[in-house]
Amino acid sequence: MTIFTCILLGFLVVCAVAASLSKNLLNTILIFMSYSLVMSIIWILLESPDLAITEAAVGAGVTTVLFVVTLKKIHAVIKSDDGMKTEERKGENE
Amino acid sequence: MSKKVSQEQYEKTFSYKFRQWLDGTKDPFLDTLEMKRQEEFHEDEEVSRQHDEDIRQHVQHAYDLEHNAEVKIFRKIYKVFCVLFCVFLVAMLLEAVSELPTFGEPDNPVNNEVSERYIEKGLQETGAVNIVTGMILDYRAFDTLGESHVLFIATCTVLILLRVDKKGSRDLSETDDRSHEPKNDVILQTVARLLVPPIFLFGIYIILAGHLGPGGGFSGGAVIGAGLILYLNAFGFAMTERFFTAKTYRIMSFGALACYSIAKSYSFYTGANHIESVIPLGEPGAILSSGLILLLNICVGIVVAGTMYTFYVMFRKGGY
Repeated sequence: MTIFTCILLGFLVVCAVAASLSKNLLNTILIFMSYSLVMSIIWILLESPDLAITEAAVGAGVTTVLFVVTLKKIHAVIKSDDGMKTEERKGENE
Repeated sequence: MSKKVSQEQYEKTFSYKFRQWLDGTKDPFLDTLEMKRQEEFHEDEEVSRQHDEDIRQHVQHAYDLEHNAEVKIFRKIYKVFCVLFCVFLVAMLLEAVSELPTFGEPDNPVNNEVSERYIEKGLQETGAVNIVTGMILDYRAFDTLGESHVLFIATCTVLILLRVDKKGSRDLSETDDRSHEPKNDVILQTVARLLVPPIFLFGIYIILAGHLGPGGGFSGGAVIGAGLILYLNAFGFAMTERFFTAKTYRIMSFGALACYSIAKSYSFYTGANHIESVIPLGEPGAILSSGLILLLNICVGIVVAGTMYTFYVMFRKGGY
């Protein structure tokens, strides 16, 4: 169990560093989402299931959606002409 | 006996003007302010060229690395100080962490008489099997009331901020998601059709069983809000607006907050002494138990679910 916790904590640190160093904003959001997901597992290991449910719903769910919507609103992620693929607009969001 | 006033006299009274102002038929600044017509701005070519030249010279002078010794030294020192400051911060925080007591020790400062009392008498006084809910919604209900209001005020602020953005400056298809409707994403719709009912059921379960197990109003409300957002993404605004509009949100939020305030203000009024509650606590472990907590959980859940969904809609459409 301790090894499992240590792996999760290590993943947490890696996620935190990667989220701040990532140049692509969409990647940052996805990394942040996985951070929240791991965090909710850690909350269960720390015996607080109330927080785990909230973290999974708010951190991994609603916050991510709101971030992605904000990115779309500020045109960091634009739709290409065929309407199916999204691609990063280069050089404008750095 | 009432005196009949003529129309002219009536129009001079305060109440008539006030009513006009309320209706919006009267401009309160008309005839009271001196208005000056604004002239269109004409750019003088000579002045603007001079301005650009000035800026260019200033920038050149300021960033002239070969002659400006100040900038040269500053650039070197800046990096050194950055590293030093970071190291100092890290060292300070690590030092503070090392001073903390070991996690989970029985004689830590957090295990004082307050938590002892909560653990020993929580079930007896609040009737909630889940001690956390008993604390949040009974002993510390005042904090939760404030939290709910913060959420409501945050939504109001987002509403105000996002409604200023008038169309015209932007393409309508970017700001208004309705132009992408009707939606016909087969994968998303199939998955949503399967997933949304369990998500709603789970959220309602979390809210209703908040005093029996892990969960409560906030987490359950967040789950329901996420389910609503998924449903909206799959089926579009035309489907969700059959049951959820701005008016629904206003009524629901206001009703839930008012219900919470009324239910709790009684105990706050009597000095937040919860030991003698009006509502019987009931048998611990049953759904209908622990006095007001179930009602308060439902209220918080409604507010949170509505707020989550409203945030998404405001960002997506820029208006209801």
